[in-house]
Amino acid sequence: MFQYVLRRILYMIPTLILIAVVSFIIIQLPPGDFLTSYIAQLSQTGETVDEATIAALRKRYGLDQPYYVQFFMWVWGMLHGDFGQSFEWNRPVSQLIWERLALTIAVSTFTMVFTWILSFPIGLYSATHQYSGGDYFFTFLGYIGLATPNFMIALILMWVAYSVFGASVGGLFSPQYVEAAWSWGKFLDMLNHLWIPAIVIGMGGTAGLIRTLRANLLDELHKPYVVTARAKGVPERTLLWRYPLRIAIIPWISTVGWSLPGIISGETITAVVLSLPTTGPLLLRALQSQDMYLAGSFIMLLSFLTVIGTLISDILLGWVDPRIRYE
Amino acid sequence: MADEENVKKGKLGEEELESSLEEKVYLASQWQLIWWRFRRHKLAIISGIILIIIYLMAIFCEFLAPYDPNKYDIKYTYAPPQTIHIFRDGKLVRPFVYGYKMELDPVTLRRIYTSDPEQVYPIYFFVKGDPYKFWGIWEMDTHLIGVREGTMFLLGTDRMGRDMISRILYGARISTSIGLIGVFLSFILGLIIGGFSGYYGGVLDNFIQRAIEFIRSIPTIPLWMALSAALPPHWPPLRIYFGITVILSLIGWTGLARVVRSRFLSLREEDFVMAARLCGAGEFRIIMRHMVPSFMSYIIANITLSIPGMILGETSLSFLGLGLRPPTISWGVLLQEAQNVRTVALSPWLLLPGIFVIITVLCFNFLGDGLRDAADPYAR
Repeated sequence: MFQYVLRRILYMIPTLILIAVVSFIIIQLPPGDFLTSYIAQLSQTGETVDEATIAALRKRYGLDQPYYVQFFMWVWGMLHGDFGQSFEWNRPVSQLIWERLALTIAVSTFTMVFTWILSFPIGLYSATHQYSGGDYFFTFLGYIGLATPNFMIALILMWVAYSVFGASVGGLFSPQYVEAAWSWGKFLDMLNHLWIPAIVIGMGGTAGLIRTLRANLLDELHKPYVVTARAKGVPERTLLWRYPLRIAIIPWISTVGWSLPGIISGETITAVVLSLPTTGPLLLRALQSQDMYLAGSFIMLLSFLTVIGTLISDILLGWVDPRIRYE
Repeated sequence: MADEENVKKGKLGEEELESSLEEKVYLASQWQLIWWRFRRHKLAIISGIILIIIYLMAIFCEFLAPYDPNKYDIKYTYAPPQTIHIFRDGKLVRPFVYGYKMELDPVTLRRIYTSDPEQVYPIYFFVKGDPYKFWGIWEMDTHLIGVREGTMFLLGTDRMGRDMISRILYGARISTSIGLIGVFLSFILGLIIGGFSGYYGGVLDNFIQRAIEFIRSIPTIPLWMALSAALPPHWPPLRIYFGITVILSLIGWTGLARVVRSRFLSLREEDFVMAARLCGAGEFRIIMRHMVPSFMSYIIANITLSIPGMILGETSLSFLGLGLRPPTISWGVLLQEAQNVRTVALSPWLLLPGIFVIITVLCFNFLGDGLRDAADPYAR
């Protein structure tokens, strides 16, 4: 097991390097370097551009050097907690991202747990009650969930809440907690608000998980060993839990790992509609104003998150299914 | 069918019928078998028909739309949908719509429209209306349905008093075609890369597989957002459109490449490939003549299943303001108008383009599922 985990972690390293390269390319994509847009922005507001500051910034980020040197300087800076400068906010990127990233992790983790808890019993039910009314109902709901863009679900939910209950459902905190420091009360308040984003983001993923579990379990349920066990008089419930489910759950766990990029993706767009204080809205604004260090850092960290999530699910998979460990 | 009738008439015995049906199955070509199997999926058939209708709507949108999608009228901003009536004074008459009566809410200064039974506008076929260029070639001004006087906003109007139904029809052209073109591009990429990976195997295969895993591990929407934000804003709409399509397919090809690869891997060992090789067929001929036709059905099913992702991608990007931008009309651009909850609560018909997105995506999913089940007619 230890060897397997170690191998997985080693596999991760090239992926992380590639992600850093892609993020750097994204930072460089808009025409001109970020200082040109900074200077343009400053002169637009009528501020004087301080030559010395610009020269200092140019030197600090190595903008007068070739690209590969810039890349290594950028990576080196990040390893020391310096993610560059956000020009829209006029603050270091590292001051802006951590809290938002933490909230993104909170929302994504909550969504993930939510989709697990929801999809497991439903998948189980759908497989054991194939072609029943409930099975058709959940299949239908799943298809709708897959076909509806996240932001549409969010909009419709907000609309219903607004027109029926007269309440707005956006945000992650009640007004009195928005600016407050972290406390037990604020945490509970956040848990109270996490429901709606979790439903909105999780809808599509849940449908996929239900279908995977249902299909796998159905494959197993008709195998001869199940018939044998039943013929020997094993009670239905024990039979289901002891044999077919343990096999059917394996592909399901690996799907859980793959659903993480989808959740982070959905989180980004849902957060914009529901105005959550997570990475999504800030990333959108950063991209619109071409605040590229901020945008690039976000994309890199979000990708890191999914890679780490996949790693965790791989380890889980190795723990559940010994065949994978010795592959 | 004729055989079954003969059985009823007692001309053919049961056994004879079975053998003749079996014979039919043995004689049928692969595509015929696929079609027979596909025909049994009622949902997939219905979805296919709905999709054909949607694409016909997109193709003939200029003629079908009652108005020019960009014609604005400040007299009718956020006007609610007008309903078609066919009874008047208890008598069946030519379908008509009532005109609007507009009042100003004294508190919120919002316009409140009610239908006015005094104004009756009958609906006619082939009415002369706003001029347009059909497919950008022929100057025309005939619309399928419309009113000769007054207004007919069957799905309401938007913030500038533009007709929603016309805008949705024009949006269908962009939104549905972006899915097709995007899938076509990613199909080519997937076929080439997946083909190399599966046919040659070894180091190249390993490298390509790692690359695919890498691309799939990046969350798509942030990446799409970043790439489309980098498209220069001064580009003309058509170039932005192709830029977005390329961005969508740059990430979308991985799924297809995986399918192609796994098919190549399993077919490479088949006897008929070996036979072709022994007969001295070249590699290109083996691939194009022997291997591709035998997995084409899988590819078609997978292509169908990956179109919805493209459509949803475009819609999401345009909704965020990073994809297509007005004056281009797509479903995502139309949904941008519905970003504010208060606006949606007052004029819920602004969400209607979303319903079209959902229907299209649902139909593609059902159709793809049906095709996938039918793709391998030799499996039981």
